[in-house]
Formats: sequence, structure tokens, C-alpha cells
Amino acid sequence: MEKKNRKGTVIFSPYNRGEGIKKAIEKSREDILFEIRESKLKGRGGAGFPTATKWMLTAAAKSDVKYVVCNADEGEPGTFKDRVLLLEYPELVFDGMVIGGYIIGAAEGILYLRGEYEYMLKSLEDYLEGMRKDNLLGKEICGKKGFNFDISIKLGAGAYVCGEETALIESLEGHRGEARNRPPFPVNQGFLHKPTTVNNVETFAAVSHISIKGGQWYAKHGTDKSSGSKLFSISGDCENPSVYELPWGTKISEMLELVGAKNAKAVQVGGASGICLPKSQFNRTLAYEDAATGGSIMIFNENRKMLDVLKNFMEFFVEESCGQCTPCRIGNTKLLEGVEMIENGSYTFNYINKLKDLGKTMQVASKCGLGQSSPNSFISILENFKDEIFNGNGGVHGK
Amino acid sequence: MLVLEKNALTEEIEQLVEKYGRDRSALLPILQDIQRKHRYISDFAQQEVARMLDIHPVEVYSVISFYAFLNTHPKGKNIVRLCQTISCDFQGKSAVAKAIERELGISFGETTRDNKITLEYANCLGMCDQGPALLVNDKVYSHLTPEKAVQIISEIK
Repeated sequence: MEKKNRKGTVIFSPYNRGEGIKKAIEKSREDILFEIRESKLKGRGGAGFPTATKWMLTAAAKSDVKYVVCNADEGEPGTFKDRVLLLEYPELVFDGMVIGGYIIGAAEGILYLRGEYEYMLKSLEDYLEGMRKDNLLGKEICGKKGFNFDISIKLGAGAYVCGEETALIESLEGHRGEARNRPPFPVNQGFLHKPTTVNNVETFAAVSHISIKGGQWYAKHGTDKSSGSKLFSISGDCENPSVYELPWGTKISEMLELVGAKNAKAVQVGGASGICLPKSQFNRTLAYEDAATGGSIMIFNENRKMLDVLKNFMEFFVEESCGQCTPCRIGNTKLLEGVEMIENGSYTFNYINKLKDLGKTMQVASKCGLGQSSPNSFISILENFKDEIFNGNGGVHGK
Repeated sequence: MLVLEKNALTEEIEQLVEKYGRDRSALLPILQDIQRKHRYISDFAQQEVARMLDIHPVEVYSVISFYAFLNTHPKGKNIVRLCQTISCDFQGKSAVAKAIERELGISFGETTRDNKITLEYANCLGMCDQGPALLVNDKVYSHLTPEKAVQIISEIK
């Protein structure tokens, strides 16, 4: 796939296939892991777990067989950075997986590709075949004795919840994509009960760059608590929707200017499971310590009804909840009913407040990230846009 | 189902099991291949897969029912999935949806009478920067207008 002329300081900086692997295997496993710890890289899927810690735990787990899994089940509404990485920068992703395999001592890597991206399958398979030919995959990679590693691709079948790592592992094992109880964590018992590290596509891409340029170089970008840069999938009401690489710590207002978003009313940070910020909070920064996101940014202008946005999100969650735990299965249905009540004017404030409490219960009582984060948009939109929804022209009994 | 058809299907599934293995983790790839070829996974196919992987048929059914891209009843020869998530919605999904419905004479969730096209909604296809977007089988189309969408639909064989 042809590369677009994308600009960025880290991920989109120049990189040649195999470079990162060669540099990594010159060093000992501990040394390259040390570089990643120095980089303070955190998981790019959104949860932000330190990558070095995850890999150290997987490396330390006792087992002959370990797995590296790349989570390419990008399903969060408004996210499409993995699509760009896999189509235009597969070398970064696959090299990162090989480096991961080297560090934790795995011989097998699996790319879990969402079913909706089946159209990429052929080109990715061809790419892997090319890597095998050049000894970047297979036996004794680049002549490194004792280091064998290969990557296979498994297709998903249209389930958002499989982006959750334990649900993804269940799906790989041929089960329904239902999240597991933790502990045990995948780093100890993952795929086929073997130690497994599951990382986001973008995390692996960052690792390839860190391998070459070092952890300190990476940590120079971004903020103290959120090092490096981030790919943001920016869509909605702006002139240039696309994937942008920005350092962590970028202000939302700066980002809006960059993408040409005039008269933005609201910015949804983190997709449907994220939070919705009104104009008064556009001075907040994109970072794990402030407005955290796995990369999804959706911009809504003055003409959009926020209640429509909320309804779309809640319909999404009702459909995608796997149904295994009650708070998520019933909770999301109740929240959607609440939105419909507001829509047709049959609500009471008392009941809506009860639903907000229900949302808070879901955040603590749900089994996995889906139910824990699905009430975020319900709570933040009804709170931040209550004037429009309950008193303005956005609702039925408003003015 | 004719005995001949059954035998052919059994043979086919045997080959798939040969290819992917008898382990439980082979279940999804096997089902995906059956789905791709037959456009659904029949009761008989489910039972045969279960027998060969040595699991209960209900396990197979429960997996199929979980995933949006697997189904137990026949669908059209081609599946058209329109993205219904917010970014596509705000870029004109409804107009595209109505145009397709008018042109095919069916609603979402239905199949045309000649079994050529099944029309469905999908959640975020990851084309939010180029919406509205739709998938025809595994091919993706973006920047749709009602006219362009109908053009694409009419070219489906």
C-alpha cells in the first residue's frame, strides 16, 4: 500500500524494515527491555499500562511456550489509526512484535485482525512472506542463535468486545469473546493458558522506533507522565479529518486549530467509551493524566444535537455488550431507555439522576472495560450539555 | 439436504479440520471458511464440526451466535454493511441508507428476493475520516453519496 506523506516526530519518522529487529538482537534481552522502561511507553490501546512492566512480567513467567499477541481489533467508534499503521506502516508493527518476542522469549506471534479489516489480510500475509524470505521471521532471525519467531494472522468476526484483551484471547481459543476474571492475568495465563502479552498495534510501532533511537530519545517527547507521541484518529466536523501524530500534552484547542475545526461545540475524547468535553474545557490537554484516549477524537459543531450523539453511542453499547455480566447487559439497555425518554419528553429529573447513579454502579461493577466505560458518555454528555438537552432546543420540553 | 450434499459438506469440513487442526482454537477459522463459502453455517455443518473437534454442537452454535459475521441461516450472496456509527451518521448515512433501501426495495436486515443482496448495518468500520462508509462482503467503500452508493450496489453481481 502506498504511503501517504504523513508527518510526525516519532511514529511517522523515517524507518526501514528490519532496522529495529537488528538493533534489538545485538543487545541482551535485559538491555532492550531497559530501553523500553526508559522510554516510559504506556499501552496505546487506551488503558495506559506500562509496556515494560507487562513485558517484564511475561518474560519472568515460567513456561517453555509464550505468545505475543497484537491487538488489531480496533473497534472503538472514531478510531482508525491501526488501519493506517497496518496499511501504510506494517514494518513498524511486525518488527515491534518480533522485538517483543525476543524480549519475552516467545516463538509465536499472533495478529488478531478485526473481521471488518479482512480486506487487508492478503497484503499483510504477503508482507509477512517477504519478511520470512529476508530472515526477519522464521528460524534464527538475522543469524541470532536460538531466536525463532513467526507471526500468523487470525481474523475476528465482528465483535467490539474482543478488543478487550481477555475476550480477545477467548476468541483466539475458539470461544465466545467473553472477558475472563482476573487474576490470573494474561502475562501468567493467557492464550492456551501460556504466558501471553497482548499489546496494541501502535505500541508495537513505538517499540520499533525505541529500539533504534533509545528510550531516552522517546521520553524526550510528550509530558512527564505521558511520554512520547500519540496517533490521534480525528474525525467529525473539521476540514481535514485524518490520523495525526501529536505529542502528548497537546491542548485540545491547539488540536482543533490544526485540523481546521471551526465552531466546534464538543469534542468526544476516547470514542464512545470516552468523555465528551464542552467548549469551556477545550484548554485541557490530551494526556494520560488529563484527557486520556486510545486515539479517538470526534468533533461536533454547533449544528449537532448532543442527544443524537448520546443515543448513537448507547445503541452501540447495547448491541456490543457481550451480555455475560448483568451491570453491562441490563445497565446499557436502561441507559438507552433513559435517552429515549428524554428524546420523547417522558422523563423525570429524578429518574435521570437515578440512571446516572446506575452508570456509576456500572463503572465499578462491570466485569470488563466495556461496561466500566460505557456510562462515561452518558454521564458526561448529560452533565456537560444539560443546558442544551434539558433547557435548550435540544430536548422536547425545552424552549 | 440431499445425502450427496451432506457427504460433500462432510468431506469439505474434514479438509478444513485437516488444515486448521482438531484443537478448539481451530473452531473460528473453520467456521469462517464455511461461512465464506456457503454464506451460512447449517445445522448439519455445525454438528459435523462439533463431531470432528469433539465438542458439543451447542458449543459451536453458541460461538456462531456470538459473532456478528457468522450466521446459522442463509443470507444473500453478497452482504452489504453500512456503517451506522456517529461519524458516518453525521456525514450523511441516513440519506445513503434510504437511497439503498429504495433502490433494492428492501429494508435493513432483509435480503432481496433473488437472494443476491443482504442489507445490514455495521458498527464502526474504521473509516470515520472518509464517511459514510460501507462494506460489500470484504471490500470497503468510502466517501459515499446516495448516488455513488446506488451505483456500487447496482454493480454487485
